Amino acid sequence: MVRFEGISKIYPAYRGKPGVNALQGIDFAIPRGSITGVIGRSGAGKSSLVRLINGLEKPTTGRVVVDGRDISALAGHELRLAQRSIGMIFQHFNLLSSRTAAANIALPLEIAGWPNAEIKARVAELLALVGIADKHDRYPSELSGGQKQRVGIARALATRPSVLLSDEATSALDPQTTRAILDLLANINRELGVTIVLITHEMSVVRQLAKEVVVLDSGHVVEKGHVADIFTHPQHPITQSFLAEVIGDSLPVSLASRIVPEPLTGGHAVIRVQVRGAGAGDTLVARLARELGLDVSLLSARIDEIGGQHVGSLTLGIPGGEAAAGRALSFLSLQQISAERLGYVA
Amino acid sequence: MSPELINLIIQATGESLFMVGVAALLGTVFGLPIGVFLATSRKGELFAAPAVNAVLGIIVNATRSTPFIILVVAIIPFTRLIAGTSIGSTAAIVPLTIASTPFIARLVEAAIREVDAGLIETASSFGASPLQIVFKVLIPEALPGLLLALTLAVVSLLGYSAMVGAVGGGGLGDLGIRYGYQRFMPEMMLAVVVVLIALVQLVQSAGDYLARRVNRRLRHR
Repeated sequence: MVRFEGISKIYPAYRGKPGVNALQGIDFAIPRGSITGVIGRSGAGKSSLVRLINGLEKPTTGRVVVDGRDISALAGHELRLAQRSIGMIFQHFNLLSSRTAAANIALPLEIAGWPNAEIKARVAELLALVGIADKHDRYPSELSGGQKQRVGIARALATRPSVLLSDEATSALDPQTTRAILDLLANINRELGVTIVLITHEMSVVRQLAKEVVVLDSGHVVEKGHVADIFTHPQHPITQSFLAEVIGDSLPVSLASRIVPEPLTGGHAVIRVQVRGAGAGDTLVARLARELGLDVSLLSARIDEIGGQHVGSLTLGIPGGEAAAGRALSFLSLQQISAERLGYVA
Repeated sequence: MSPELINLIIQATGESLFMVGVAALLGTVFGLPIGVFLATSRKGELFAAPAVNAVLGIIVNATRSTPFIILVVAIIPFTRLIAGTSIGSTAAIVPLTIASTPFIARLVEAAIREVDAGLIETASSFGASPLQIVFKVLIPEALPGLLLALTLAVVSLLGYSAMVGAVGGGGLGDLGIRYGYQRFMPEMMLAVVVVLIALVQLVQSAGDYLARRVNRRLRHR
């Protein structure tokens, strides 16, 4: 378990650059064995937060407790021992170009002083775990991005850590490779029970892998909880903007350019309906059409699944002028579905 | 050219190689740790000691700005203390080492600074001590650059070694001046220059080859 208690992190002014309040009032816990996503824009404090967990950074105030031990109070040899139980993977993999895949994985074991024979056996086991047993003797320059990150993951797991930190680990990878790496992380979490903390600016990463999410903005935690809850009912504008990336809140360009605020004779009212929750939206268009007795047209739609919940939006065209649009909105509000009138098109 | 003169050239080449070889070795022994320290001791770095770094930097710069021929004569008492004499090839190793140490240190510093800072963070993240980071990360990763640096240092030392003839150091440069210039033997001067060119070529090619061999950033297959 990782617990932040009253954390703030201030980088003092240096050489004419003003000081930075990177983190303020951070108080939350990451449950053992969970996969927790920390999402935020660049500069939100994600990197500082994750580096507090393995002691690469010290908090200005407060403590960081990992498996019952106050990491922020440790230094020197004590800290180095504690760091062996916390693995970390990086956006740019950070492999040693002078070492083969196997030797890169062996590095943390050499540093921990393992005997050679045990290192050899452990490295073989790890290469198989991450699915690149055949790349044993390859140098990083001979590996693809995905293979390099697999080496990075094997290296991070070498000393059997209880926590794995992922610092934008898929941000330099293409979508397919990203998916494969995230699947691998999910397997590792399931099979080894390693707590995974992943920091990212990509909503899709959180959606695919995390069960818990923490939204960071300007050094503050603005929202946290189960991924499904947070993203079906986002409260903070930042969370809503991350969600918009997945569900595509913006209208198609051709539609947006034709939309006007006043009703047009023979035209359609444009209504956007928010879809939230399991099975939401399944029969909505059909029910609305039946209720109104009108041909409701679907102008654009995007529905995605986040943590088992449907999240998305539908943009509907309602014929029959202002009156029909009003009836549609009151029908939807009776069903407790949030909807808004965007305007009218011919 | 008579066999006696050819023998002189062979003997002088041997002296030059001896002086340069030993000075390069000692220069590396002293210069490598100084260079690593210079590269890792600024504010916020592995062995952060900004004041020591600044003082060491000034000493290194001062030594490097002293013209070599002045250094040679200025430290004659020190040379006598170390080598027992101030004349001959063995004695010449003292000023050559003193000149090459700061030079090698600066080259080592530059090569070490080329190593991606992310690798230091990575090694720290799994609990490597600063010394482990130096020996397991920085030096292996900088090895191609270090070999090129050493090559450059040996080539420069060959040039310096020509000047120690001024204090009876012997070697190819001394032979060129005494026979080629002072005894008006242009063929001797030419022979000395040709041997020096060949030596520099040989050292540079060997250095390039080794640096390429150990550089795993390039694809080999």
